[in-house]
Amino acid sequence: MSTTNDIKLPLSPPQTRRVVVGYQDAEDLGAPDLPTEPLPLNMGPSHPAMHGTVRMVLEVEGEKISSADIQIGYLHRCFEKESESATWTQVFPYTDRLNYISPMLNNVGYALAVEKLLEIKVPERAQYIRVIVGEVSRITDHLTCLGASAMELGAFTVFLYALKAREWLFELLEETCGARLTSTYVRIGGLSYDLPPGFDEKLRSILERTKVVMSDIGKLLDRNRIFRDRMDGIGIITKEDALAYGITGPVGRSTGLAYDVRKDHPYLVYDRFDFDVPIGSVGDNFDRYAVRVEEMVQSMRILDQALKQIPAGPVMVSDPRIALPPKTEVYNSIEAMIAHFKIVMDGIHVPAGEAYSYTEAGNGELGFYLVSDGTGRPWKCRVRPPCFPATAVLTKVLPGLFIADVVPTFGMINMIGGECDR
Amino acid sequence: MAKIVLDRLAAQFAGGEILASGTEHGDEWARVRRDAWIAVATFLRDDPATKMEMFIDLTCVDRFGGGGPGAAGNDPPRFDVVLHLYSVSLKHRVRLYCGAPEDDAWVDTLVSVWAGADWYEREAYDLYGVRFKGHPDLRRILMYPEFVGHPLRKDYPKEKRQPLVRRQTGMPE
Repeated sequence: MSTTNDIKLPLSPPQTRRVVVGYQDAEDLGAPDLPTEPLPLNMGPSHPAMHGTVRMVLEVEGEKISSADIQIGYLHRCFEKESESATWTQVFPYTDRLNYISPMLNNVGYALAVEKLLEIKVPERAQYIRVIVGEVSRITDHLTCLGASAMELGAFTVFLYALKAREWLFELLEETCGARLTSTYVRIGGLSYDLPPGFDEKLRSILERTKVVMSDIGKLLDRNRIFRDRMDGIGIITKEDALAYGITGPVGRSTGLAYDVRKDHPYLVYDRFDFDVPIGSVGDNFDRYAVRVEEMVQSMRILDQALKQIPAGPVMVSDPRIALPPKTEVYNSIEAMIAHFKIVMDGIHVPAGEAYSYTEAGNGELGFYLVSDGTGRPWKCRVRPPCFPATAVLTKVLPGLFIADVVPTFGMINMIGGECDR
Repeated sequence: MAKIVLDRLAAQFAGGEILASGTEHGDEWARVRRDAWIAVATFLRDDPATKMEMFIDLTCVDRFGGGGPGAAGNDPPRFDVVLHLYSVSLKHRVRLYCGAPEDDAWVDTLVSVWAGADWYEREAYDLYGVRFKGHPDLRRILMYPEFVGHPLRKDYPKEKRQPLVRRQTGMPE
């Protein structure tokens, strides 16, 4: 097992809490059992308390859910079908839109998968930059998840604080690649550009300010009666379920499953950093919240080390079959013009074969299973979305809960429509 | 590379259940005969030397036209159901293939082995039209019920139009 289970979460939740009316359990009030009959209730696909388009057909008895049918697919954008007619490089913009609050992590995951088929290794500086932009994206991912979930529970201030910090980070990424969300920053064999000047100091200053925001958020939520009542002991996922469904990432780790791709199968330069992996114990909503908060702290540790270690050097491999020639040469020599044209029009030729590559994205193991037939376009480009199994398990978790519990449970699963429906 | 999983499979299933196996780009893979699909999956999950307790991914590949890399033998089945498994405790992975011919496209369901296979099999059915025998609830998942055809098949044109669906308003089915 991993050696990282010893992390103490800030507040460990009580083992069992059921619904609370004031400070008394509903059962203690001695309310007579009123006759109820099953009622189908439609939640979604467009519902104010659910970020992400998903439809839940619930069967309720009174306020209690007796069965749940989760229907996804409302954000299906034919990712795989479109990828099959795009060149390997043209798939990058589609990957931005998978998990659209941490697009850099998807870019990196896809690039690593193609590089596995090509059997190339990118320059060290590019690897460090991939880690840096990836960890920044992880922080934006978790901030969005926490902020939005807190807002749905009535804590609008937390949402504004979290989005304020997220915006600082997005502005930094915008400076790096020209876009807040649709980054398309990573390329096969490296990166499209180096970091902008002054990135180092700006990131450090933003992280300092983000730490203050996170401490404010913690003060607002950690001991907040309303927040705790709706998070503690609600929506428990067991470790066995996490294994059987393939739930990874913060949701999987909240159940006590010690699995983080960065730690167990280090890719890029993750083996050079000292960081811990937070593990939950109960697997309820509060554990998922606490794991995410701690992961942001650990991401900041990684960023701090990466900024210290990052070497100078190129950010793209020099192989002319993969890298575009420099623009000055393209405009001044026919050879470079032809090379540029061939790579753009025909695509990078990836040798025939199959590979499954996996990275730790915001929501867990983001896998790319690629099949190449040796041409410039993928034969198959499968994404293994990390929040797909986490959404699937809701059909098992929701029955027995109350309608109001759907909101925090769904929020803490952090289902991202773009990634789940592809 | 130590091929623990593949060696265990070869030792346990000597009766031709494993049609082929190998390593590609560091990924171990094995091609399983269709009638042994559940038996191999259950063995990999329960055997103490493999311990594949975590279900990772299930999808399908269309080997249309006998082409596509990795197609098996001279007369490869059109569809390959592809299963990825992982062992959290032993930290190893394996990829399993199970072929399904076009005119008889079915594979046994793995829902009884890993509950998580449910949605993945629905997706493979939805997008490729491969049926999973014994699946408790084989509905479309990403497409809507009235959708005609299976969009990820290679013979489904990207530009194909679908008929307009008008649904009666009322309670969900």
